[in-house]
Amino acid sequence: MKKLINAPEDVVREALEGMQAAHADRLRICFDPFYVVRKDATAKGKVALVSGGGSGHEPMHGGFVGYGMLDAACPGHVFTSPTPDQMYEAGKAANGGAGVLQIVKNYTGDVMNFDMAADMLRDEGIAVESVLTDDDVAVEDSLYTAGRRGVGLTVLMEKLLGAAAEKGMDLAGLKALGDRIRASGRSMGMALTPCTVPHLGKPSFELAENEMEVGIGIHGEPGRHRVPIAKADEVAAMLMEPVLSDLPFKAGESIILFVNGMGGTPLIELYIVYRKAAEIAAKHGLTVSRSLVGSYITSLEMAGTSVTALRCDDTLLGLWDAPVNTPALRWGV
Amino acid sequence: MSAFSLSQALAWIKAAAQSIDANAAHLSELDAAIGDGDHGANMARGMAAVTKKIDSAPPADLAALFKSVGMTLLSSVGGASGPLYGGFFLELGKQSAGKTELDAAGLAAVLGAGLGDIRRRGKAEPGDKTMVDALIPAIDALAAASDLAQGTAKAAETARAAATATAPMLARKGRASYLGERSIGHQDPGANSVALLFAALAQACA
Repeated sequence: MKKLINAPEDVVREALEGMQAAHADRLRICFDPFYVVRKDATAKGKVALVSGGGSGHEPMHGGFVGYGMLDAACPGHVFTSPTPDQMYEAGKAANGGAGVLQIVKNYTGDVMNFDMAADMLRDEGIAVESVLTDDDVAVEDSLYTAGRRGVGLTVLMEKLLGAAAEKGMDLAGLKALGDRIRASGRSMGMALTPCTVPHLGKPSFELAENEMEVGIGIHGEPGRHRVPIAKADEVAAMLMEPVLSDLPFKAGESIILFVNGMGGTPLIELYIVYRKAAEIAAKHGLTVSRSLVGSYITSLEMAGTSVTALRCDDTLLGLWDAPVNTPALRWGV
Repeated sequence: MSAFSLSQALAWIKAAAQSIDANAAHLSELDAAIGDGDHGANMARGMAAVTKKIDSAPPADLAALFKSVGMTLLSSVGGASGPLYGGFFLELGKQSAGKTELDAAGLAAVLGAGLGDIRRRGKAEPGDKTMVDALIPAIDALAAASDLAQGTAKAAETARAAATATAPMLARKGRASYLGERSIGHQDPGANSVALLFAALAQACA
């Protein structure tokens, strides 16, 4: 294992210490229990957005804490859901009196831990709603699984709901908007290489030089299909076609197209994928109104990409364009 | 031995912590095959926190012990195992409130309530390739026994066999479910940590 770390057991804490040092102007980090919160307290009457998940997906979620996005984020151990006490303390710290909206990726552990935290916050008289993301079309048989995984759409969800909360939307409105976004976006990912969880010290699965894994999640877990390696254009088609046919997206619709890097793929390759993904969208009669290209929801050093398409209208485009000022996403400020 | 009291419960938890620690790498390897490879590390971290907690604040009775174990696991394990095992022990705490001794049937009833909490939370059915597949037959074996030592020994043996028997099952819950057919042939890591827990219980009641 070749990693820029000091000791596997210190990875999460030391990364948070680094974040605190780098972004002291806008973030406050609590170390017992771990959570990241906006330094400027949530405005009175603004709903607090709280998310969280295992570490190893940086910049998600801590890098999205700030004006126009999240109010707090709870980092778990690498690829492990955070615990209810973290979510409870983060919710209390972020609450501005208008309630807490939890943004939860659909994984068994995340859902159970956030549920427990929501109960604990409600016991304190704080109103809590939760929005789930489950946009991964690679999970084909959601009847006999834990359901579809929350992946790339989570980034767009946090940006859009963050903008709506900043504009003063109430808890019920945000919950409804979140559910609409959940129903309007789909994603799929692939990997060229596995990744190594620091405390395990070896790759989570093996891939030969001439193989790739299609339908990958974001936790180093194997995907659905292992196939011979293909060129970028073919990979873009392998991901885009299932994404577009699943919702389905219809000719004439407008989308936000997000090409994400898994952590170990350079931007130059992501743009090659985006080039073809946008071409495929156009071929389906879709208008790509906005785009995002970069590594925003990662799986440690895994090489690979995912594509996310979100059907949008003028309301969502307005929220997308609204100012955002976080360590990882910043425009309009 | 005829009764399960605070001293057996403490011995159980300490033996379980040692056993989970000793088998952490094995549990993580099982998890790496069909999940994300952290079950052993997460459980070992949780049980180490439990040991530290009960050493620093010795519980006065069964209910206090199980509540302390549950709360500590809840805040230290994470993932799905945290709420599942945490909720299990919190339920054991509720069920043993006011009791100082449990016979085999009483212990089986308390454990059965814990299993109920796991099933409510995780919504797993028998055969879904989860910890439930080891818990059900193990608790049934204990419930059928009249003697605590024999019953817990039988439960441990049953849990071990049941964990092994999860290998041919198709996973329908948790991250392993995303693998579909590829989950077949691997033992469920959660069922294996259950087997370690029951082996520790038998050791404490021998």
